[in-house]
Amino acid sequence: MAEERSTAYDSKIEGNVIFTRLDAAFNWVRKNSLWPMPMGLACCAIELMATAASRFDIARFGAEVMRFSPRQCDVMIVAGTVTYKMALAVKRIYEQMPDPKWVIAMGACASTGGMYRSYAVLQGIDQLLPVDVYISGCPPRPEALLAGLMKLQEKISCEKSFVAQKPELTRKLAGVNT
Amino acid sequence: MTGADLLESVAKLFGPKLHAKTEFRGETTYGIASTDLREIAKLCRDDLSFDYLIDITSIDNFGVDPRFEIVYELYSMTLAVHLRLKMKIGEDETPDTVSDIWPTANWHEREIYDMMGIKFKGHPDLRRILMWDGYPFFPLRKEFPLEGLPSEMPDVAFTKSAPLEGGPFVTQPSTAITKFREPRARPPEL
Repeated sequence: MAEERSTAYDSKIEGNVIFTRLDAAFNWVRKNSLWPMPMGLACCAIELMATAASRFDIARFGAEVMRFSPRQCDVMIVAGTVTYKMALAVKRIYEQMPDPKWVIAMGACASTGGMYRSYAVLQGIDQLLPVDVYISGCPPRPEALLAGLMKLQEKISCEKSFVAQKPELTRKLAGVNT
Repeated sequence: MTGADLLESVAKLFGPKLHAKTEFRGETTYGIASTDLREIAKLCRDDLSFDYLIDITSIDNFGVDPRFEIVYELYSMTLAVHLRLKMKIGEDETPDTVSDIWPTANWHEREIYDMMGIKFKGHPDLRRILMWDGYPFFPLRKEFPLEGLPSEMPDVAFTKSAPLEGGPFVTQPSTAITKFREPRARPPEL
């Protein structure tokens, strides 16, 4: 953890006690076990599978647990062309994911509609969902997806997660302290 | 019986019902009238061994009367012969279905209905197949813009138009090299 600082050294408790900030602890836990929702809609899904397989091994970043139930997922990887017919289904699956949740728009189609500038294709999933990371490429290489995942991890490690999770409690604590 | 014999017997059996014969690279094409379709289709399957309907497609000759054209691609598995039947129909006409003759026509006719808005008489289940039920347009008709039209069907789907002008993947008609004809990115001033 970047935020970890050395505190008063005591050999008796060394290794058993860690000092940190609550946000940093939360974020560290969250970013290293992102369970993806594989929203594979087109050829990007093949690269997503390759990323999960042995050669590229997304497990190195703690994101290997692809869940096919949105209720167990943290990050939705929208991999592929989102047609209008599918768009509201994608949104509905996103809404079924528990907070905190993130979205990766993988590839040109999911980011902007890509080459499908037509009546049938949603011109970017960001018209429906809040996207955290866009990955360029058609389809992106597995390395690009891993780079996107690492960017997302960076983003998560900067979040004010405690305040976001317990807004009332934070306000109350702030009131007590002043 | 050889493939050539088969095509000969097609011509003999239907005679005046076939017109505008064309041949291209060993594939024979005939024009037929929409009133003769079912009779010709049935005989083609039963007596002439055209047991495989490869595809049905439709063409929108916008501004020409009759407006639409439906193309049936037949194939004889036993003799390896192709036969193409073309049928002109007007805008308000409803051609007969052939889905009871070749079951595969069921979905092909649904697709034509979905994309072109041609209704088939006697089809058992004429719903849209690619777009959702309730989508108000027929996207492959010539008057439908490539960029699409906005539509809204609450809780089912919506569409917006996606204009091509100035964007990537546009081909400009000119003799310039590809780099100028097909600008891959929006110019910075836009």
